Amino acid sequence: MAVNDALAGTHKIQEEAAAQRPGQLMPILNDFSQELTTLNLGPTHPATHGIFQNILQMDGERIVSGVPTIGYIHRAFEKLAERKPFYQITTLTDRMNYCSSPINNLGWHMTVEKLLGVTVPKRAQYIRVIMMELARIADHLICNSILGVDTGAFTGFLYVFQEREKIYEIYEEVCGARLTTNMGRVGGMERDLSPAALDKLRAWLKSFPAVMKEFENMFNRNRIFMDRVVNVGPISAEKALSYGFTGPNLRAAGVDYDVRAMNPYSSYEDFEFDIPVGTNGDTYDRFIVRNEEIWQSLRIINQALDKLPDGPYHADAPHYYLPTKPEVYKNMEALIYHFKIVMGEIDAPVGEVYHSVEGGNGELGFYLISDGGRTPYRLHFRRPCFIYYQAYPEMAVGTTLSDAIVILSSMNVIAGELDA
Amino acid sequence: MTPQDAAAAPEAPVAEDPIKAQNAQVLALLTRLFGEGTFTDVHEPYGLLTATTTRERIHDIIAGLQQDQELKFHFLTTMCGINYPENPGQELGMIYHLHSMTKNIRLRLKIFFPIADPVVPTLTDLYNTANWMEREAYDFFGIIFTGHPNLIRILNVEDMDYHPMRREYPVEDGTREDKTDLFFGR
Repeated sequence: MAVNDALAGTHKIQEEAAAQRPGQLMPILNDFSQELTTLNLGPTHPATHGIFQNILQMDGERIVSGVPTIGYIHRAFEKLAERKPFYQITTLTDRMNYCSSPINNLGWHMTVEKLLGVTVPKRAQYIRVIMMELARIADHLICNSILGVDTGAFTGFLYVFQEREKIYEIYEEVCGARLTTNMGRVGGMERDLSPAALDKLRAWLKSFPAVMKEFENMFNRNRIFMDRVVNVGPISAEKALSYGFTGPNLRAAGVDYDVRAMNPYSSYEDFEFDIPVGTNGDTYDRFIVRNEEIWQSLRIINQALDKLPDGPYHADAPHYYLPTKPEVYKNMEALIYHFKIVMGEIDAPVGEVYHSVEGGNGELGFYLISDGGRTPYRLHFRRPCFIYYQAYPEMAVGTTLSDAIVILSSMNVIAGELDA
Repeated sequence: MTPQDAAAAPEAPVAEDPIKAQNAQVLALLTRLFGEGTFTDVHEPYGLLTATTTRERIHDIIAGLQQDQELKFHFLTTMCGINYPENPGQELGMIYHLHSMTKNIRLRLKIFFPIADPVVPTLTDLYNTANWMEREAYDFFGIIFTGHPNLIRILNVEDMDYHPMRREYPVEDGTREDKTDLFFGR
């Protein structure tokens, strides 16, 4: 597909139309072709899935250029983080990629643990893996089903949203919250997997594959859907790497980079899973890669649940891990530690850490510089969407408006993470 | 383990940390490519090789690392600005994280420069992704990237007249008294 030369494409269409009707003048079309229309896509357009604006120059139905404007929900997380004790920063990470907040939370805890030198027991690591993979499934389900909505298929969305609801119920059992989860603690998990959580998880693992299968049946080889997404917004592997793509978007372009496999964290090396890759990085490939990753995540959850080791669910790190409430009431040391941790009176060691996890939409990195105080000296979030969204104008130019919406949807851009 | 092995074990050299060995190799290659004395303050916090260089050399070094056939640093993971007001002449800095996906090596490069002259060469000619990252550093720290195609603010409003991530701007309004706390120094 001639992606780049939109104007030439339009002229070609006109010439073909003129050739089909010899003798007829087409003055109106020719006049319009000289004039570009400015179209504001966003900031509050229902199809942009978040508050960001694209100022498009349109030649008829074709996009000639696009200028994205971002920052509408910028909340200065990096600045705020310089004033907050480590455990309070967890709630900031929730609000980045809010479709998969447990990954952000636990990724942040792992960063702090790396700085502090705390080793988390195996059981906590496995619970974390289960929760992170659930979050990945929820994230991919939203992205793929919304892509369906943008192509006109609402059924799939409604169908898998029920499953997302069940995932949120599992979150509730594990941390008490649904969307902004604040899950886990520095040093492990906040509580062990309760019998209710295990029951819900097992029931969901039984019922979900059938739904997923049906979702795939609805879309994967659907003629109407394929016509809308195949060869729409392709990106080559070289371009994708240069633009800093990570996650499913990069894998759809054919690069098998996955942080879970390359730099395993939280015992990912204990599990067997495949990394699906696409071939030409178009919208269809991104969709299929996400679907396949859902199956791989299910595989990981099943393995983790089967091998779930016994033992404590948090590290023995009283300086950093909040003691349980009954202990605070009975035990002097626990009370002291509780007080010191909550007031942020525990100093962290001096050092700098870069830790990255495979987020829902790419490599989510935390670069933490500690000068030994109660708060980070500097905390920089490597937000995958912020980095790859800048490729969007290049991918959208030359396509039609309806294709541009589909491309945006398949890139899984989350406004909260984009703007941090 | 047989008894012979057990007896031989103490004499065998202690297996070196693979990350340390790899970092040493990369460092040797770096000094070979770019010369002795290019990199100062070399250390490896938490296994990630970190080196400081100068803003005059940074563009050549990163371009060289990108093209080097052995290392292939094709991926710019992230870059961010930093402000150390107590280092006179080196108040501002840029920190680059590079990643070689073929070899799985990460490298952190730092440059520091005075706040009065915050001019750094752009990397947009090497990595497309540098565009917004540099706009972000400009927006928050006021670092000017020479050669950048479109150096305007990205997350903050365009008519903002300061660079908010610099340490001189506190998170909270310093004149407020209702939040002062004797013990915890709000």
